[in-house]
Amino acid sequence: MSVITKTSYSEPNQKGYFGAYGGKFVPETLIPALNELENAYKKASEDPEFEKEYLYLLREYVGRPTELSFANRLTDHYGKAKIYLKREDLCHTGAHKINNAIGQILLALRMGKKRIIAETGAGQHGVATATACAKFGVECIVYMGEEDMVRQKLNVDRMRLMGAEVRGVSSGSKTLKDATNEAIRDWVTNVEDTFYIIGSVVGPHPYPMMVRNFHRIIGDETKRQLMEMEGRLPDYLIACVGGGSNAMGIFYPFINDDVHIIGIEAGGLGVHSGQTAATLTKGRPGVLHGSMSYLLHDQEGQIELAHSISAGLDYPGIGPEHAYLHDTKRVEYRAVTDAQALEAVSLLSRMEGIIPALETAHAFAWLEELMPTTSSDEIVVLNCSGRGDKDMETISKYL
Amino acid sequence: MNRINKVFEDKKNEKIMSLFITAGYPDVTETVDLVLGFERNGADIIELGIPFSDPLADGPTIQYSSNIAISKGITIQGIFNMVVDIRKESDIPIVLMGYINPMLRFGLENFFTTAAEAGVDGLIVPDLPLDEGAMIEDLARVNGIQLIYLIAPNTSDERMQLSDQKSDGFVYCVSVTGVTGAREGSEVQQSVDKFIQRSKENITKNPLMVGFGIKNFTDAQNISKEVEGFIVGSALIETIRNSYPKDHWKEEVFTFVHQLKFGYPNT
Repeated sequence: MSVITKTSYSEPNQKGYFGAYGGKFVPETLIPALNELENAYKKASEDPEFEKEYLYLLREYVGRPTELSFANRLTDHYGKAKIYLKREDLCHTGAHKINNAIGQILLALRMGKKRIIAETGAGQHGVATATACAKFGVECIVYMGEEDMVRQKLNVDRMRLMGAEVRGVSSGSKTLKDATNEAIRDWVTNVEDTFYIIGSVVGPHPYPMMVRNFHRIIGDETKRQLMEMEGRLPDYLIACVGGGSNAMGIFYPFINDDVHIIGIEAGGLGVHSGQTAATLTKGRPGVLHGSMSYLLHDQEGQIELAHSISAGLDYPGIGPEHAYLHDTKRVEYRAVTDAQALEAVSLLSRMEGIIPALETAHAFAWLEELMPTTSSDEIVVLNCSGRGDKDMETISKYL
Repeated sequence: MNRINKVFEDKKNEKIMSLFITAGYPDVTETVDLVLGFERNGADIIELGIPFSDPLADGPTIQYSSNIAISKGITIQGIFNMVVDIRKESDIPIVLMGYINPMLRFGLENFFTTAAEAGVDGLIVPDLPLDEGAMIEDLARVNGIQLIYLIAPNTSDERMQLSDQKSDGFVYCVSVTGVTGAREGSEVQQSVDKFIQRSKENITKNPLMVGFGIKNFTDAQNISKEVEGFIVGSALIETIRNSYPKDHWKEEVFTFVHQLKFGYPNT
């Protein structure tokens, strides 16, 4: 395992590049908006008042810090390393996504933007954004693929209940990729008064960096909590990766530490089945939604449709920082199939009384591979990024 | 002299009309014929769109035409072959317009050398702003392909000047903030005057072409009164969409083109 020393990791650079990945591949109309955002974010992150407000909301409203739970029965089940779960499923709205939505809405308000737009796949980011907008009484428009609106009807209803307007997107594959295109088109058109809350570590600079930083609290808390409980760092850190925000959030504070970090992609029906969302395993570098990263695309550079049972991982791209961590081998990326994820849902539900989101279940599924290689004096921390209530309809079909 | 520069040189007393057509729409077999017909009916420059599955700067019309072209099996090599065929009969300036990902996948070096050999004159990449342009600027220069940058109403004076420096052929004024697509004339006109004025002050090296939202002769004349010419895309594709594949659909399309340039139908 390569370990990057403390002084060497300072990604991204001034131009928003993580090695060869990232950048600002957007129409000229968005450049002033991105520059404005970059300046506002820089100012806010240097302002103790901003941090205070952000942390206050995460504590009083989101319910942070989330627990680091020792999974005793799961640990006994494998009979090897101790397993701890970072309980992002306990966040208000049921997943980590709210950390970022709160951070970005505070920024939007500082910038005087009156209209919030967002894209959503599984609906978790849409719900988080609708929640934050309701809390601050701001207009909220969420773009969602029509296919996803069917798969995640409950989340559509939740958003609408909180006053958000959910706009169905019928172009392309009618999923997250197309919802993102439509949100960007809205932003290009309404750039003066609109703030685009991107839901993952994707998009043009400064989004991948900013979203990561709004989620790094996951990793910072984990580090402190494990130090208190075990007096040391974990040996392994695991998270699922679609766009990759929960993973970057927990990974980032450990990048300079001697910890084996593993990101789990959605293999769909199998990495080589043609029905997959395993972007790093199967894709190649390219440009989508404003940044250079790995992508699923064909010989002609046309974006291919991703497939995963989990709507939140069903995306043909991945955050540029993950592409960089993959190429530098700092993080190991693996894939598990839909079937493996479903098995993990049922195992975790029975063993720990926690029904994980289908996204999160992908990380759990990797324990089958990892645990036999560990020893009883080691520690594994897994980011339990969201709860599975929203997926019950899908899960029920396989019971 | 490059064909683009020559057209601005030769036609100083008229508005230059540039037409955008998605390569492969409404069918891969029609593009060459359409382009030649556009030229006969008044087009001065052709922008040939390289279809992309995720065209985030484009409205519904160009998304639609791109999807059709992709479903008909359009390829980048196929587009270069179309340019070769057009060049057998015409010297009209040809500007390729496309998103960066298909070019990256084709291989940038290969893309530029093949484009130059085929007879392409210029290139517009809507998702490659000045900030990222370095990845193709040298390749463009070496191969004699003129890079055309876009400016929008919210582009600063400094960036307009930089766009002028980095562009050759012309600079593309996006008349409104938004995606491509035909708009109501008044919506475009009101916001555009100030922007054009500012563009003229900052763009001194290159001619200015204004586009986005133009749908008829009157729009075109009004919007381009202070600049060298205008660009029409979505309204042309809408016309094709409404007439294809009726009998004489091409005549209808060419009549639209002729009216766009001259204000009266071809006879």
